[in-house]
Amino acid sequence: MLQVKALQKSFDGFLAVNDTTLNVEKGDVVAVIGPNGAGKTTLFHLITGQLAPTSGSILFKEENIAGMLPYLVCRKGISRSYQVVNIFNRLTVFENVQVAVLSYRKKTFNIFQPAKTMAVSETRKILGSVGLLDKSEMTSGSLSHGDQKVLEIAIALGNRPELLILDEPTAGMSPEETAVTLRLMERLSGELGLTILFCEHDMGMVFSIASRIMVMKQGKSIIQGSPDEVRNNQQVREAYLGGADQCST
Amino acid sequence: MILYNALFSKKTIIIGIVLLVAFLLLPYFLTRFYIYLLALIFAICLLATSLNMVLGFGGMYQFHHAVFYGFGAYAFALFVTKSGLPIWIGYVIAPFCSALLGLVLGLITVRLTQLYFGMLQLSLGSLVWAITYRWYSFTGGDDGIHGIPIPDLIGSSTGAYYFNLIVTAACLLLMYIIVNSPFGRTFQGIRDNPERCEAVGINVQRQQLVGQIIAAFFAGIAGTLFVTIEGSVFPDLMFWTFSMETLIMCLLGGWFFFMGPALGAVIIITVRTFVGIYTEYWTLILGLVLMLLIFFLPEGVLSLFFKKDVPSEKKEG
Repeated sequence: MLQVKALQKSFDGFLAVNDTTLNVEKGDVVAVIGPNGAGKTTLFHLITGQLAPTSGSILFKEENIAGMLPYLVCRKGISRSYQVVNIFNRLTVFENVQVAVLSYRKKTFNIFQPAKTMAVSETRKILGSVGLLDKSEMTSGSLSHGDQKVLEIAIALGNRPELLILDEPTAGMSPEETAVTLRLMERLSGELGLTILFCEHDMGMVFSIASRIMVMKQGKSIIQGSPDEVRNNQQVREAYLGGADQCST
Repeated sequence: MILYNALFSKKTIIIGIVLLVAFLLLPYFLTRFYIYLLALIFAICLLATSLNMVLGFGGMYQFHHAVFYGFGAYAFALFVTKSGLPIWIGYVIAPFCSALLGLVLGLITVRLTQLYFGMLQLSLGSLVWAITYRWYSFTGGDDGIHGIPIPDLIGSSTGAYYFNLIVTAACLLLMYIIVNSPFGRTFQGIRDNPERCEAVGINVQRQQLVGQIIAAFFAGIAGTLFVTIEGSVFPDLMFWTFSMETLIMCLLGGWFFFMGPALGAVIIITVRTFVGIYTEYWTLILGLVLMLLIFFLPEGVLSLFFKKDVPSEKKEG
């Protein structure tokens, strides 16, 4: 579904992403791991069009989407959430998701119908599936951090993506909230058959949900394989885990 | 009916009707001066609300909105004085001229964001002002155009009052519908977070361009309303200081509320008219009021009555 080949991004000569290769098949749950500054978020920015790559190709369903504008990438079927909460602060929880649904339905230039009556059932369905339905009338800016992170995912679902990209979905969450998000991701993958690409620092979570893992270091992809392959790879242990046996958690 | 239920509460409809009836009856009790003043206030209310569509609801730093207002007024004046066609056609054509200017300036300015957008608009708008100011043979230069004929039906001060009242009420209703439409919802999304809007598949620049055109259209209507009461146009209508004054109206009344700018317009014009009698330094009073407001009611006067549980600053996660 998604093939990233020999991708490079340079900022004034500094290679944030350098010769990265990534392969995501339909139905996969792929995790990208790596130390801070390895280039994970930059890689996601490149895939979703927030940044244009210096060289290399990004094929999504056989089409090269490298350098395409973010809204066009989204319309191809890729949605994303952000590492730092990135929502519509003054809108209600309902309206946050509704904006995405209206965009998906190409209604953003409709000026005479009341928005209140549009895309209601679909928006409520999404909110129900992530467990935010009871907070739908709250202003999103006043939600707890954990709820805002979940809303992040809900907004991304509004576009009915084929590929969902989650940038550290549990960053800053309590262990309980992390567990809830983990179950949500399992459901999205299992019930809706969504393909998920995510990056995460919580190794326990990564190894419990990912079907494949890609490891990055200093902008380069070291290995992509099954959790077992990654766990037993000597290079990964040395480079990323410093030889410690953290992967077995 | 569904539309009404979705847009207005019963309370809003009742308040709206009461206000409308009150305004319809007022001319029977007021002197000519107050009728003129109210007619002017209607026009400026419309102008300020049209600005706020892109400012408060779209998050665009529309620093030179008066240029669309002045352009509409001039388009109307020039059409009426030079074409020889029925005056009523001028009322239809002028807003479209403003919308066209909105399209042309918008095509250039929406490529930039925030302050850069605002500054570029300010410069381009000033260019339009400068052309109007200097082109004596066509626009009358700094003298402007005077004695513009107005249809007899609305030529008297009471006629102009009713005309302005009805047009303003109809335009406010239309703008309210637009602000609450999917377009308006998307616009508010762009205000809060343009980056995220791009990520959910919204072409932000095109959305902003359309918003700009709509706002310019309504500003153009406000311009024609001004000519209806004054019978003249002059370059000051599109001078940047007037844009700033309109901007202050939005901030003063409350730019996150639909009726905020209209309230701001009422306050500023009233202060200007009545304090202006005693001192020419009325802006000093206005400045003082504004400073207090920024400290104590940063979201405008209306936030006193309608509290929203909105954080004023974005929380960083």
